[in-house]
Amino acid sequence: MNSRHRGLLLMFLIPFLLLVVFNYVPMYGIVLAFKDFRMSDGIFGSRWTGLETFRRLFLGPDFLKVLRNTITISVLKLITGFVAPIVLALMLNELRLKRYKLAVQTLSYLPYFFSWVILGGILKLLLSPGGPVNSLLVSLHLGAIPFLTDNTWFIVTLVVTAVWQSVGYGAVIYLAAISGISPTLYEAAMVDGAGRWRQTLHITLPSLVPSMVVLFILSLGGILNAGFDQIYNLYSPVVYRTADIVDTYVLRQMFAMDFSLAAGAGLFKSVVGLALIVGTNIVANRISRGEQGLW
Amino acid sequence: MTMKRTTGESVFNVVNIVLLGILALLTVYPFLYTVSISMSNAREAARDGLHLVPGDPAMLGRALENLFRFRFTGFRDGLSAYGQGLSLEAYRMVLVNREIIVGYANTLFRTVVGTILTLLATALAAYPLSRPNMPFRKRLTFFVIFTMLFNGGLVPGYLLIRNLGLINSLWVYVLPTLVTAFNVLIMKSFFQSIPESLAESAMIDGANDFSILFRIYLPLSKPVLATVGLWTAVTHWNSWFDGLLFVTDSSKQVLQIILRRIVIENSTEMVEKGIMNPNVLDFTPDTIKAATVVVTILPILFVYPFAQKYFVKGVMLGSVKE
Repeated sequence: MNSRHRGLLLMFLIPFLLLVVFNYVPMYGIVLAFKDFRMSDGIFGSRWTGLETFRRLFLGPDFLKVLRNTITISVLKLITGFVAPIVLALMLNELRLKRYKLAVQTLSYLPYFFSWVILGGILKLLLSPGGPVNSLLVSLHLGAIPFLTDNTWFIVTLVVTAVWQSVGYGAVIYLAAISGISPTLYEAAMVDGAGRWRQTLHITLPSLVPSMVVLFILSLGGILNAGFDQIYNLYSPVVYRTADIVDTYVLRQMFAMDFSLAAGAGLFKSVVGLALIVGTNIVANRISRGEQGLW
Repeated sequence: MTMKRTTGESVFNVVNIVLLGILALLTVYPFLYTVSISMSNAREAARDGLHLVPGDPAMLGRALENLFRFRFTGFRDGLSAYGQGLSLEAYRMVLVNREIIVGYANTLFRTVVGTILTLLATALAAYPLSRPNMPFRKRLTFFVIFTMLFNGGLVPGYLLIRNLGLINSLWVYVLPTLVTAFNVLIMKSFFQSIPESLAESAMIDGANDFSILFRIYLPLSKPVLATVGLWTAVTHWNSWFDGLLFVTDSSKQVLQIILRRIVIENSTEMVEKGIMNPNVLDFTPDTIKAATVVVTILPILFVYPFAQKYFVKGVMLGSVKE
């Protein structure tokens, strides 16, 4: 190895150490899930308990409920969060008024730039019993809706506000893909007498499939991420029955100092996430003969 | 190119334009509402209604009607009547609040220092991985990517921060996220698009890798530095979970956590202080919450027009298949 290589390796040293310390060292901490962790004994000193944590987790009253909630919320968000940006992108693409299109697009991804603390704060003002949404509903004789305190309405609120937050961002990816479509395809279709609807159906939509596959794989890998930031800033104990998810459960177990249970639930989530993303990628590669996977 | 327009298509066009307009309005309405409430006086803020403008919209309408009819005294009187419904008292309370000022300073620190150091660390990771002659290049790239696929989770992460003594330290906001796989991959792919000949000729002139990176690559990489930098800055400004988890000392807390206490956890501390202060009268818990939100999002709104230009680029770079 000559001095050229030494320079490159030396340069990589700081990022390497940062990754080791902050990303790889905590991976060792997953052994906590197989121990009875006590702060005073440390990770090494604590007693091994085998699969006891997982027995407690799966036989306990809460974890299966939390898991079911997570998957329900995730699947609902996956479907809406997958379809909405495609629809928005197609609608924006049909706009012929360039400035109007830019204005709509710019406004549509505004919420993506704010944390869920900010968005949650705004939504709590907006959706409260005396807030503007409910006063509008009441004045239309539709009756007030307990958006944040009813177990079913809360899930609806989560799904709708998640679309609100991310639809503009999602659409950008598809608009980029659309702008890459060769105009000659559309010209040829027009010569064949295809109207705009058929052009969208037979040219625009099929050319978005690669982006769709990538985004779908990524979101499937996150199926156990039902949206911690959003839920933690909007929920309250009255909606735990439907809105308590793995991440909020882990955090509460940790605050209650049950580190082993929290670590076990966290490990379960990480392993499932990894398996899903690897699995869907294999399937995507197989279906498309190696053309459409992530790697 | 001439286009034949059928009736169906023009109907669709109109519907599409209207629908997208409504959608855009619905998206921004929550923010308009918040700004309106924050600037209304207590009576106006408590009124039922949509609150598209601060204060009483009927008053504003009457004033404007006078203006359009060239009745200037009527306009002036109408405007001052409308002004009665406005109030900046909530802002006065928010901006003198010690916790908010300290939170602002800490958030500013993590945003500025965090962004600069992140760009530096990301470049130091991305450059070697972009060089064809880097030893173990493939394996080290996977070493970076793997952190995207798997992590130890919350509890081991918390114990690590404890063991490193970073609890209640401002560095806890900056250090753990200095190198993230996503940023490294984006910068690496940009570096790879820079012509190899530039580095080669510099090497012949005796330049080492550090000077090639800092003198040649980084000056050519402004678009990717802007993209990664702006995203990192916005992320830092918005981060709150590390503050919740790792910081109990209120002099080290970030703005988002202070905001969270006020708007999410309904801390009434500031309202109580306001009630005890005879100089400040015209406020409600809601106007204070709204004003705190506005104060928090203002910096993001300032960079937004600038950021969104790079935002689209970032999304596209990010969605490029490796």
